[in-house]
Amino acid sequence: MSSSHRLFSVLIPIISVLLGLIAGAVIMLLSGYNPITGYAALWRGAFGDAYTIGETIRRSTPYILSGLAVAFAFRANLFNIGAEGQVIVGWLAAVWVGISVEAPMVIHLPLAILAAALAGALWGFIPGLLKAKLGVHEVIVTIMMNYIALYSTNEIIRNVLTDHKTTTESIHESASMASEWLGSITFFSRLHYGILLALFIAIIIWFLIDRTTIGYELKAVGFNPHASKYAGMNVSKNIILAMVISGALGGLAGAMEGLGTYGNISVMSGFSNIGFDGIAVALLGANTPLGVVIAAFLFGTLKEGAGEMPTGAGIPTELVDVIIAIIIFFVASSYIIRWALLRFKGGKSK
Amino acid sequence: MEYIIEMLNIRKEFPGIVANDNITLQLQKGEIHALLGENGAGKSTLMNVLFGLYQPEKGKIRIRGKEVKIPDPNVANDLGIGMVHQHFMLVEPFTVTQNIILGKEPKTITGRIDLKKAEKEIRELSDRYGLKVDPTAKIRDISVGMQQRVEILKTLYRGAEVLIFDEPTAVLTPQEINELMEIMRSLVKEGKSIILITHKLKEIMQVADKCTIIRRGKGIGTRNVADTNANELASLMVGREINFKVDKHPATPKETVLEIKDLYVRDKRKIDMIKGLELNLRAGEIVGIAGIDGNGQTELIEAITGLTKTHSGTILLNNKDITNKNPRKITESGVGHIPQDRHKFGLVLDYTIGENMVLQTYYKKPYSKAGILNLKEIYRYAKNMITQFDVRTPSIHTKARALSGGNQQKAIIGREVDRSPDLLIAAQPTRGLDVGAIEFIHQKLIEERDKGRAVLLVSFELEEIMDVSDRIAVMFDGRIVADLKPEETNEQELGLLMAGSSTKKAGEN
Repeated sequence: MSSSHRLFSVLIPIISVLLGLIAGAVIMLLSGYNPITGYAALWRGAFGDAYTIGETIRRSTPYILSGLAVAFAFRANLFNIGAEGQVIVGWLAAVWVGISVEAPMVIHLPLAILAAALAGALWGFIPGLLKAKLGVHEVIVTIMMNYIALYSTNEIIRNVLTDHKTTTESIHESASMASEWLGSITFFSRLHYGILLALFIAIIIWFLIDRTTIGYELKAVGFNPHASKYAGMNVSKNIILAMVISGALGGLAGAMEGLGTYGNISVMSGFSNIGFDGIAVALLGANTPLGVVIAAFLFGTLKEGAGEMPTGAGIPTELVDVIIAIIIFFVASSYIIRWALLRFKGGKSK
Repeated sequence: MEYIIEMLNIRKEFPGIVANDNITLQLQKGEIHALLGENGAGKSTLMNVLFGLYQPEKGKIRIRGKEVKIPDPNVANDLGIGMVHQHFMLVEPFTVTQNIILGKEPKTITGRIDLKKAEKEIRELSDRYGLKVDPTAKIRDISVGMQQRVEILKTLYRGAEVLIFDEPTAVLTPQEINELMEIMRSLVKEGKSIILITHKLKEIMQVADKCTIIRRGKGIGTRNVADTNANELASLMVGREINFKVDKHPATPKETVLEIKDLYVRDKRKIDMIKGLELNLRAGEIVGIAGIDGNGQTELIEAITGLTKTHSGTILLNNKDITNKNPRKITESGVGHIPQDRHKFGLVLDYTIGENMVLQTYYKKPYSKAGILNLKEIYRYAKNMITQFDVRTPSIHTKARALSGGNQQKAIIGREVDRSPDLLIAAQPTRGLDVGAIEFIHQKLIEERDKGRAVLLVSFELEEIMDVSDRIAVMFDGRIVADLKPEETNEQELGLLMAGSSTKKAGEN
């Protein structure tokens, strides 16, 4: 029973991805493009040389953390749609500390990372508190928190961090995660040390969920708050804690962009989508840290490789977006495949 | 004799287990045929095979002598088989008529639903079988017993000749059970045939003509109820002799463990549910709270265990005030609680049975240290517990959800008893369980008493209260209205007290 279940949870995402690729190929065929050249370009764009590999990993890094943010909340039965807002405030906080503080790297970099985590944690704390104390649904509050994050961040960039400019100055070297060494082995890609931090945090989150009393309580509260209360757990505390940790992870995803990839923050006309894509990453990764890491790399690969499709295969950007969206759609709606597989299995053996 | 349904040598496998192995069930027209077996014996699987939800690996199904295949429930319906589910499938805001015709609505010429016609038809059906159902009432406004009758009407309206009742009395009051028995009798009198899935021997003896017994997936045989007795059926079902009378020595109560003074508890609507309740409980005795559901039993337990705040009054445990402390404090000061709703409160169903065994102790040594779980210790403890309390599970890594009710309950009891609480509260500890599990649980409660613990038993089953308690406290309208010895009272007197007719103290006669 459990071994077939395990096989199932590995099989479903793989089938989802394959179906997505096939659907993308059909779209390309119908629009008069050669899917083989199209996908070859996608592959080259993601893994063609050292530079693209570096960029692919670089792009995957924040997805790992935003995916973990959503997945962690899911384990406590909370739907954190607010990862997007947490990414934005984390990004802002990291850059803010990176610009305004002067300190040696051993202090400055951890401080900037911590600021990002705290900002995200605050953005998770508010919906967590409202949910725990007043029963306000976290989905509504986190959506609103996303807009608050987006517009107040833009305001701060324009009027506090700069004098009516759209981009802040660069952070000090001492707060940067950029790596000459990683850049040099990947032909000057923007690959930075953040990937190591993200992977390390994934391990910590795995440990937290599966091996600590905190994780035991969070999951229990998520599965059954009544039994948790009966067992003497503080249900409100656990809901708030789950949202705070989830938010902190979202904030760290923002730090990856602020301290690693860009080293600054710009006024945004719309959402970065790192947090929203985190929802799909978490679902595809079945809310487990290992699954999230793998799913994050898949997302990073698709998004990075897509950049090569217009130039390498002549497919218009709009169509590329459609193809990538379809692949993600299939991946995210993997429950349809689960349903089909169960039905198929049921029809045969039952 | 003509059989209306024959299930011959049915075998149904699931990955890793054989749920039905060579089971034969032959139902004659116009009989009530009981299907008896412990929880998890394979009764529901067999009925799901008949109802077309599962396909058997081996065996034949014949209906009125003709071999048939039943690929899905619609075919079962067309063959005249109707199921009265244990958990009702009704739309609460809809009326009785709307529920019954759902999916089979009679239409007028203009295509509108002909409610008038349907109502008339349902009224006729209801009268014919003595169901006394009002077709215009809304489901949410009628009692559970009435809702069950709506389920029965639903199958009749669809032309069922054979009715399968799945544990129909589990949700009913004693009064409603008697009425249901009457209804079943009038159904067979009108030519219907009934399969009654149950593990309650009393009901079989009362109403069934034949009884087919299943034990751990295997067909054991069929008996004429007239030629057998409850003891034989019980031992056929469980596979060993069953002791119906609870063995126990007289209690030797010692110091007071629980003392409740002038307790008031309000519900969410701010209505007093407990009104000045007084109760004393001593070490080494079992006090049974008898009462009709809804007279404050739930609130009393929740107040003692800290799940609900009290309005006023005090609760002392070993002379220490535990009023309105949080549940963990109360648990730690020596209270064990077997909750009434084991799925809602007793277990985290999506946790493995191993994880559930440390639900209140996971934060303590040796199960964790500095916040890090010691899985090895947890699993070792869980393994130990499932052997000690005979919890039948494929492994400690099986989800609690997958276990049968009896095994879930045994796991909870093991967990609560093993902490050696001074006060053990058992709320409806045997509800929905079969005789084997009931016997086991009663023995454990008495064992705990003999170890010098105070046991508070809350049950709606008078038989259980009479058998197990050393002292009976009758609860009515938020108060203890009588305090009696079981040997000095009887079910009639208790029934009257539970209905609030008089009050009485122990010793008075």
